[in-house]
Amino acid sequence: MTSYSPLQESTQRETTEGTVYTVTGGDWDQVVAGAGDDQRMVVNMGPQHPSTHGVLRLVLELEGETVTSARTVIGYLHTGIEKNMEYRNWTQGVTFVTRMDYLSPIFNETAYCLAVEKLLGIEVPERATTIRVLCMEINRIASHLVWLATGGMELGALTAMTNGFRERELCLDVLETITGLRMNHAFVRPGGVAQDLPPGAVEKVRELLATLEKRIPIVDQLLTGQPIWQKRLQDVAYLDVQGCLSLGVTGPILRSAGLAWDLRKTQPYCGYENYDFDVPTSDLADGWGRFLVRTQEMKESMKIIEQALDRLQPGPVMVEDKKIGWPAQLALGSDGMGQSLDHVKKIMGTSMEALIHHFKLVTEGFRVPAGQVYSAIESPRGELGVHAVSDGGTRPFRVHVRDPSFVNLQATSPMCEGSLIADSIAAVASIDPVMGGVDR
Amino acid sequence: MSTESTHSSEGGGQETHDDVVVPAGEHDPTGMAATGGYHLTASAVVPPSAQARGTSDMFGAAFGSDTSGFGGLVEKRAAPLSTPKPYGGWFDEATDALEAAWPGFADNVLRVVVDRGELTLHVKPAAVREIAKVLRDEPNLRFELLSSVSGVDYPAEETRLHAVYHYTSMTYRRRLRVEAAVTVDDPVLPSVCPVYPTADFQEREAWDMFGIVFEGHPALTRILMPDDWVGHPQRKDYPLGGIPVEYKGASIPPPDERRSYA
Repeated sequence: MTSYSPLQESTQRETTEGTVYTVTGGDWDQVVAGAGDDQRMVVNMGPQHPSTHGVLRLVLELEGETVTSARTVIGYLHTGIEKNMEYRNWTQGVTFVTRMDYLSPIFNETAYCLAVEKLLGIEVPERATTIRVLCMEINRIASHLVWLATGGMELGALTAMTNGFRERELCLDVLETITGLRMNHAFVRPGGVAQDLPPGAVEKVRELLATLEKRIPIVDQLLTGQPIWQKRLQDVAYLDVQGCLSLGVTGPILRSAGLAWDLRKTQPYCGYENYDFDVPTSDLADGWGRFLVRTQEMKESMKIIEQALDRLQPGPVMVEDKKIGWPAQLALGSDGMGQSLDHVKKIMGTSMEALIHHFKLVTEGFRVPAGQVYSAIESPRGELGVHAVSDGGTRPFRVHVRDPSFVNLQATSPMCEGSLIADSIAAVASIDPVMGGVDR
Repeated sequence: MSTESTHSSEGGGQETHDDVVVPAGEHDPTGMAATGGYHLTASAVVPPSAQARGTSDMFGAAFGSDTSGFGGLVEKRAAPLSTPKPYGGWFDEATDALEAAWPGFADNVLRVVVDRGELTLHVKPAAVREIAKVLRDEPNLRFELLSSVSGVDYPAEETRLHAVYHYTSMTYRRRLRVEAAVTVDDPVLPSVCPVYPTADFQEREAWDMFGIVFEGHPALTRILMPDDWVGHPQRKDYPLGGIPVEYKGASIPPPDERRSYA
């Protein structure tokens, strides 16, 4: 038997556009014979592949169906967000960070704004903080539902996908009511939030809770007792606490290994110490443990939303300092949401100073005293940290985002190597990387 | 709020830099400003009257009546150069423990800065792996998690490329920043990968974006930019790029060519 060559298997015919070859592929025996004793095969999975969670490229070295080496190649969604932010003012930075990890925009905004507020040395009003917590927890449920949907789809559980996306859309509807947009909200701003809750928002959130109360147990009924789902996840993608810590892995993966490390409890921010909720953990350290932790976390988030609604007190949603507080007096007009007519009337008709102030704050922005800070919050995927440096100007000197997906993705190799190729899909799904956050 | 901010309110009383203008060179007889301060750009000109008054408002219009931004009222404030002991809160405890456990402390730690309730140790570049090992292994410190490694480019400094490490102690629930500065001509630091494997991707990103070389890294290749890319995009002298965009007859220049106020 001769060595394998694809051209041996091809027929050719002449056309007006040149020679056309039809390649039908070879016989497996010929491939094996051509490979000699070396049975290894390198498979490029992605960056365009339905099971790699976005534009993630996996380079897998296989022996038969066993993965002997797995490497991740990233950067396909790099958009230079951190560089771009250095050319916009501090408030405009929010519209950039919200697009990084697009499944948890409110978290990106809050982490960034907490850093800016720490640099400024300001405290945001109580109501704004509560609205942030409310939105973050709705966002966490939405994010975990997408994890369930895409993870389920990748493992062949299509009903998990349809259910997950259906429930997620309910969450996004509520976020749309509050912020105006389904995603990329740019709602949390340095100093508070862009606008107060619109009329009826609280009732809508309560309706959402009532619906989710019924729908999330359906996930349990559908998947938790499902033998195929169990077999696909149990003892797959094992990573223990020591592995997590040395690789910097945080979030549900770390909690599934047994360490109850949740920044909302351990280093509280946004007043999380005042909420009553549990940190679900599991000691399985595998894909199944991560599934259990994430489903439990959705229920805990519902508890927090409930408490946040009860804590809402009337009050301002932006700092009183007019040199920082964005002059947004939004109101719904005939042509959609915009600057309120009263505000326009005031700055255009009665107060030249207010007009100048509005103009300067919007075009130039506020100055942030020089220095650097690091603020970290618990995003649905782990520790989301923002390292912000100011040189005293109106623009960020440097903003670095420690995205949990980026760091957690390093766990791909230890989770996949030695397992079957089908389990590497389950491993990547259990990491839940969002490429927008990985590549930024 | 967080444990850190609690500590800062206990011990951060001496930090009044927020409203004090520190011009380059002043309050700095040791000349440390030239090597490690935050004197950022060549245009860091503090107006004389603002220096005299010592304050300015958020729009930088402490002197004169020009608030338009066209008068070149560029005022840059310097961050604190070095914080005198005691630092307050757990900062003293941690730095003392580090000093006791690490014989190289006196030689390698250039400055200790406490600012906004955060502790920063500026160290010599060659010491970053050593200090990482002490921070991880010393029972009184126990920084189990290296949260973040990133770079910052301060073009006005000679050692303009800073590698910044954010450590987290899960046992004591503390955070600590270690910073080391290198020059563009010799941007070499030891990699902390052998101590914290999590630094792998993050050091690759810092190499990709800033051109900082981490010696001892298993495979220091580009990670976000294409492999054949030339240059390090997040350096301050690397242009943002972009093209003018026409809209209804007017041309809007790319972001880095638009008018800037500061």
